[in-house]
Order: sequence, then structure tokens, then C-alpha cells
Amino acid sequence: MRDFWKSGDPYAWLTGAALVFSLLMVGGLLLLIITKGLGFFWPSRVVVITLKDGSKYMGQEAGSEFIPTPEARDSAKKYRIRLKIGNRDIYGLDFKWTNNDEIATTTYPPDALVIERTEWGNMYGFITAIKDGEKTLGVQDASTDMLKTLLPENKKLRKKITAIEKDDLGGISTQIEQLRLQLNTLEKEGKQSQTQRVKSDIEALEKRYNDKELTLVKLKQSLGAIHVVIRSVDGMVKELPMGSVVRVYEPNNMGVPAKTGVYVSKFWEFILEQPREANTEGGVFPAIFGTVFMVLVMSIVVMPFGVLAAVYLKEYARQGLMVKIVRICVNNLAGVPSMVFGVFGLGFFIYGIGGTIDVLFFKSSLPTPTFGTGGVLWASLTLTLLTLPVVIVSTEEGLAAVPQDIKYGSLSLGANRFETLIHIIIPAAMPGILTGLILAIARAAGEVAPLMLTGVVKLAPSLPIDTNFPFVHLERKFMHLGFHIYDVGFQSPNVEAAKPMVYMTTFLLIVIVVFLNLTAIRIRNHLKKKYTSSVF
Amino acid sequence: MDTDIQQQPQSNDNSEQGYPAAKKERNDILIECVDLSLYYGDKRALIDVNLDIPRHCIAAFIGPSGCGKSTLLRCMNRLNDLVEGVTIAGTIKIDGVDIYHPNYDVTSLRRNVGMVFQKSNPFPKSIYDNIAYGPRIGGITKKSQLDEIVQRSLHRSALWEEVKDRLDDSALGLSGGQQQRLCIARAIAVEPKVILMDEPCSALDPISTEKIEDLMILLKENYTILVVTHNMQQAARVSDYTVFMLLGKVIEFDLTDNIFQNPSQKETEAYIGGRFG
Ligand SMILES: Nc1ncnc2c1ncn2[C@@H]1O[C@H](COP(=O)(O)OP(=O)(O)OP(=O)(O)O)[C@@H](O)[C@H]1O
Ligand SMILES: [Mg+2]
Repeated sequence: MRDFWKSGDPYAWLTGAALVFSLLMVGGLLLLIITKGLGFFWPSRVVVITLKDGSKYMGQEAGSEFIPTPEARDSAKKYRIRLKIGNRDIYGLDFKWTNNDEIATTTYPPDALVIERTEWGNMYGFITAIKDGEKTLGVQDASTDMLKTLLPENKKLRKKITAIEKDDLGGISTQIEQLRLQLNTLEKEGKQSQTQRVKSDIEALEKRYNDKELTLVKLKQSLGAIHVVIRSVDGMVKELPMGSVVRVYEPNNMGVPAKTGVYVSKFWEFILEQPREANTEGGVFPAIFGTVFMVLVMSIVVMPFGVLAAVYLKEYARQGLMVKIVRICVNNLAGVPSMVFGVFGLGFFIYGIGGTIDVLFFKSSLPTPTFGTGGVLWASLTLTLLTLPVVIVSTEEGLAAVPQDIKYGSLSLGANRFETLIHIIIPAAMPGILTGLILAIARAAGEVAPLMLTGVVKLAPSLPIDTNFPFVHLERKFMHLGFHIYDVGFQSPNVEAAKPMVYMTTFLLIVIVVFLNLTAIRIRNHLKKKYTSSVF
Repeated sequence: MDTDIQQQPQSNDNSEQGYPAAKKERNDILIECVDLSLYYGDKRALIDVNLDIPRHCIAAFIGPSGCGKSTLLRCMNRLNDLVEGVTIAGTIKIDGVDIYHPNYDVTSLRRNVGMVFQKSNPFPKSIYDNIAYGPRIGGITKKSQLDEIVQRSLHRSALWEEVKDRLDDSALGLSGGQQQRLCIARAIAVEPKVILMDEPCSALDPISTEKIEDLMILLKENYTILVVTHNMQQAARVSDYTVFMLLGKVIEFDLTDNIFQNPSQKETEAYIGGRFG
């Protein structure tokens, strides 16, 4: 036994076990998220259950659990199932729990229909007819087919409508707004001729606005004319305007390929579309965009600052007590809770700098703040501060790893210190610098708390980049996957229905962070190969 | 060129420190150290060094470890300036110009005095860029001109045949000996007058060492070479003059043949005879 301890093997086992334990934890986390999230888009069967008291429910199975009863020995047989019954506009609830001993029959009617809508969640029922105004276009089976042919057109129309609402009308109204502000100042200054010109500009714009609005109304009418008549399992009839139907399918009637099709289309919707219904349905594209955009802005700002600071500390500053203190401060900065940075960002960037910018450059639109309120720029700058220490520390390490030899080599060829720095030291320290960037990205992409104070919102009306001049709008508020998770999971009106969405969004956030990191790591490895493949 | 130096009439009855070169005409002296002392903080590493090194010769610096050979060499291109706490007294004149004069341009000095280090230190760049680095820093941007410099430098450092097909490959992929010759090529690409070599062969195998020694003898025609070495045979083989140093002092400076066959100082004799160092 003593030999065993003396051999040193136990310690190898101990370290190995610690590694395995850590890997298991990470793997378990990923597995949980993936299993809970990825199944979300699979169109599961629609079941109709008849209870012993004669009432009927229809919906998709969404889990079951045992009911522990201490007195009964066959308690294992007693369980309850959860149905997602949808039709929230009728029942008010999305889910229903039913004990198994109350169920009389269970059937899977092939024509059971799932309708995804733009509001009120899913609808479960049977189609009875399609109507255009008072005219009936088709009934029963014919209407199902007709519905399917109508849907793509429907989708196109809806896209057109949002495009007009967002891009055209939004753009025109901001232009009008700007001209009005201009007009105000011109009138104050009493410049007659220019006032006239601006006024006519505004009129022209207003006319364009009205035209667009007219087309919009027409489009909306054509979208709203057609109705789908749906009968629910308990006999209630509901007329759905075609415009609110997003997707229709009959899961009991579909094979695996068809189901996969639905799965894929839902998955893409999730990634590429706007959210619907208080974020609990639809896609998360604005959040993905916001997250990546914010991280990019942060990287662009943090790299020059961090690298320059580290270069000064390492290459130029006299190594003494002062530099030592600065180093300790920088290291400690990395340990400050992120919320503190959020408060600083709010106080300094938003109220301080943003407020000043508004007074200096956007006076005409006050008291409505432009930069004096949270926005993607301020959030990025706050995260820049948060990640600056990481970049400084790794850059310093990267610089320290550059051999003195090649520095002297450059100097002995007549290069001055700055040329040596630019041409030799920085390129050779690039792997270290990029390591800093990788750590910074990892930290920034996962940070939520400071963003809540500096510009993240649950629903941003527009992306920070769009087709309206000047195309990049750094003052805009933005959406973020991390905050999206919190909002959907804990702040939405329908937390239970949104649960899989939480897992899916989490999964997506992990994928994005990993993707951003892998990109940076690949660049670093590429550089490393270039700079350190020494052969002797 | 070298031959006329060696054929100088020599007097072996030099007093304390014999400087045969000092007897040459002034305009043949390239480097002139006068009462040079150097302190690292309080520690005195060079003590009153006086040397006159003629043009187009190879001067070898020998002496036990820590005696100040590298320090003296680094004084010649003012690389010691970068070490914190260094103070220097005395003067060094190259071509009659005091290189420690406050108005003197250090970068132009370093273009005139190239250096090759003990450990080969190619930049992590391509072979071409390594050699073009100095000329580029010096302001040459024309591709044809750079091409020519690179080619000429590689020819002179006897590396051309080995690397002509891989100029764009990383210099770090070369062997140790090739890397050292690349460093020599890099140093001569800026057309210096003097090349300082601090133990250039100490990390190399005998064959690479021989190649570099041959190279040094070839280069002597156009450059003045100051080489630090711990290898007595090497010093005897390649150098025209030898400087023997001990504890920061120059003990003896004479023609190499004299130093090795007939040293005037007993410390020199002891060191060469292998009794200490
Ligand atoms: N940067 C420095 N700071 C302080 N002292 C130094 C520094 N560099 C060298 N020294 C000291 O100066 C003396 C001379 O050093 P130097 O490197 O010139 O010796 P050397 O003759 O080149 O020895 P070696 O043959 O081992 O290379 C040594 O005592 C050394 O400790
Ligand atoms: Mg040395």
C-alpha cells in the first residue's frame, strides 16, 4: 500500500479524475441544453383525449410526471400528462395537466391541424372552410390544400408590409423629422429663402409618405380579406384572418421527411426572423445581430487601446514602483463585478459624454435624448472597459515572450525603437495579443448585467445597421441573446410555453460565442505557425 | 589588403601594452578607443580600454567569461545605451568621428556598424524580408533595388545557392548554420564598414563553423570584422589581430601570430596555455 502511494500514481489518478469531472459537467450542461432545446421545433403528434366525464381536449404532448401517493403500492402506475392545448384566445391557458386514470380514450385524428399564428400562440383544430369575405372558396379537404397554396403568397405580402413599415415609412419619417428640426433653427435665424426650400422639401416627403401609406392600407386589406374557419375539438368555431396565419401542418398525417421539412423551416425562422408575441415565438435574429455587432464594436475599440497601453507599460515606461502599481490596478480591474462597470457606463458614458454630445450636436431634438440614453455604442464602450485588463495583460505577456535577440537584431540594423516595435515586436507578439482578444470576446459575449443599464432592450424597433443614412446607428438600442434568455424565460407573459425557447436561445448563444472564439483562435494559430516554426 | 598588414614590420619588445597598429599611419586606423570605461550601475565592466583597430582586418577578442568582451563590442554600436544604468567614460572614434558625441545620430552609427549575435536571431519573416529589412528601414523601397541587394548579400554570405528557390519561405525554417549566415547577410545588406560578431559560431557544428570562418576571411576584403570567440583555434585561424582581455582590461593587443607564439604578458601566456579561463 505504501508503495502504491510512493509510486506517485494516485496523484496522476487524482488529476485525471478532476479533469474528467470538469469535462462531465461541461458535457452535461451542453447535453441538457441541446436535448431540451433542439426538440422544440419537431412537429410532434396531435392527440385528442376524451375524459371519463365526456370532455375533450386536443393538443401536443408536452411531458408527463408520476404522482407519488404514499398509500398506494402501485403508485408507479399513477401519473399525469401535460398537453399543450394552445388556442389561448379561447381557453386562456396553453397547457393542461390530466391524470391518466381520468382518460377514457386517446386518438390521433389524421386531419388534426396545427396553425401557427402571429398572435395568441398555436391553434389546434380542424379546418372547415376558407372564405373571401362572404364568398366561400372551399370546404373541408379542398380548403386544406387551398390554404397551403395560399400561404407562400401570404408570406410574401407580410414581408412587403413590414418592409414598407420599417424601411420606407421609417426612413421618410426620420427625414421629415430632421428637416423639421432644421426648419425650426432656420426660422429662429430668420433665413427666408432657405426656410421656403426646406418647407417644400417637407411637403414633398409628406406626399411620398402618404402614397406609401395608401399602398400599405391596400396590402393590408388584401391580406385581411381571406379568412380560415377553424373548428376546435370541443365544437367552437373560429374565423382566423389569413394574415395572421404563419404556418400550417398536419403532424399526424406526415412522415419523417415532411416533419423534417417543418423542422428545418422552423429552425431557419428561429435564426433569421423577427420575434413574435413578446419574444416567445418566431426568431431571434435581432438578438443575434445585436450580440455580434456589439462584440465587434467592442473588439474594434478594445484592441488599439489595450495594445497601446500594454506597449507603453512594457516597452517605454520606466520599470519602477509606479508601473508596478498600475499593473496591480489593471489586474484588479479584471475582478471588478460587471455591474459596477454598468453603473459607470450609465453615469460616465451615457449621462456624462452622451449628455454633452446631445447638448453640443443634437440640441434641436432635446429633451428627447439621442446619445444621452442607452445605445449600442455605450454598451460596447462599457464592455471595452470591462475587457481592457484582459487585453492588456495578455498583450504584455505576448510582448514579454518576444525574444530580446530579435529586438537587438532590428536595432543593430539601424531601426529606431518605434520601427522595431511596429515591424518586429508587435507582429511577433500577435499570438499573445489575439489570445487577449479571444478572452475579451468570450467575456463580452456572455456579459448581460452591464448591458441592462447601457442600452439593451427586450424589443428593439430597428437594427443598428439599416438602409437609412448614415447606415450605422450607434446610438440605437439593441437586442442581445443573453438578455433575450432572461426576458423570455422570466419576464414573458407565457413563461411555460417559452421554456424551450430559452434553451434554444441559450444553445444559440453558446454556438455564437464558440464561433467567435474559433475564428479568433484560427487566426492566432495561423500567425503562430508563421512566426514560431523554428527548426534546429 | 590583409596581406600588407601582416607584412608590417613588428617589434616584439613592446612596452606594457604593445599596439603595433598605432604605429601605422593614422588614416589606416578605423576604430579608436581612448580611455574607455563602462559602468553597469556601480560595477565597472570596462577599465580604461585603449585600442586602435585598422581597416579591413579581422580582430579577435579573447578572454575568460565575464571579462567584458561582449560589453566592449556593444560599445562600438552603442547597443549598451538600451541597458538601464549604463554610464560610459572616454571616447570611441570611428573614422575619426566621436560616436558618443551628443549630436551623433545613433541609427546612422548602427548602419555603419553591423552586428551578428551569438544566437542566430532571424526575424520571424521570410528570408527575403529578413535581408530587405535594413535597406527598407533605410528608405529603399524600389523592388528592383531591393532584389539586387538581397541577391548580392546572399551571394556574399555564401547562402545564395542554398536558398535561392525559397526566398519567400520563413527564415525560421533554415538550419542553425544557415540562420547565422542569413544574419551575416542581413548585416551586410546595409553596407556597414564594421561587422561586430559576438561568438558567432558557438552554437554551430564544425562544418557550419568552417563555412562561417571562410566567409569572414572573404568579407575582410570589404569590411572590418571584430569577433569575440572562446575558440583559440578559431582566433588563430581567422584573425589578423588579437585582443586579450581580463577583468575589464585589455591586457594585450597585437598581431595574432605574436599573441599566440610570443605573448609579451604572462597572463596572456597563461590563458593561451590553458592555465585559466
Ligand atoms: N546588462 C548588464 N547589467 C549588469 N552587468 C552586466 C550586464 N551585462 C554584463 N554585465 C557584467 O559585465 C561584465 C562583463 O560582461 P560581458 O557580457 O561583457 O562578458 P563577456 O566577456 O562577454 O563574457 P562571456 O564570454 O561569458 O560572454 C560581467 O561581469 C557581467 O556580469
Ligand atoms: Mg559575451
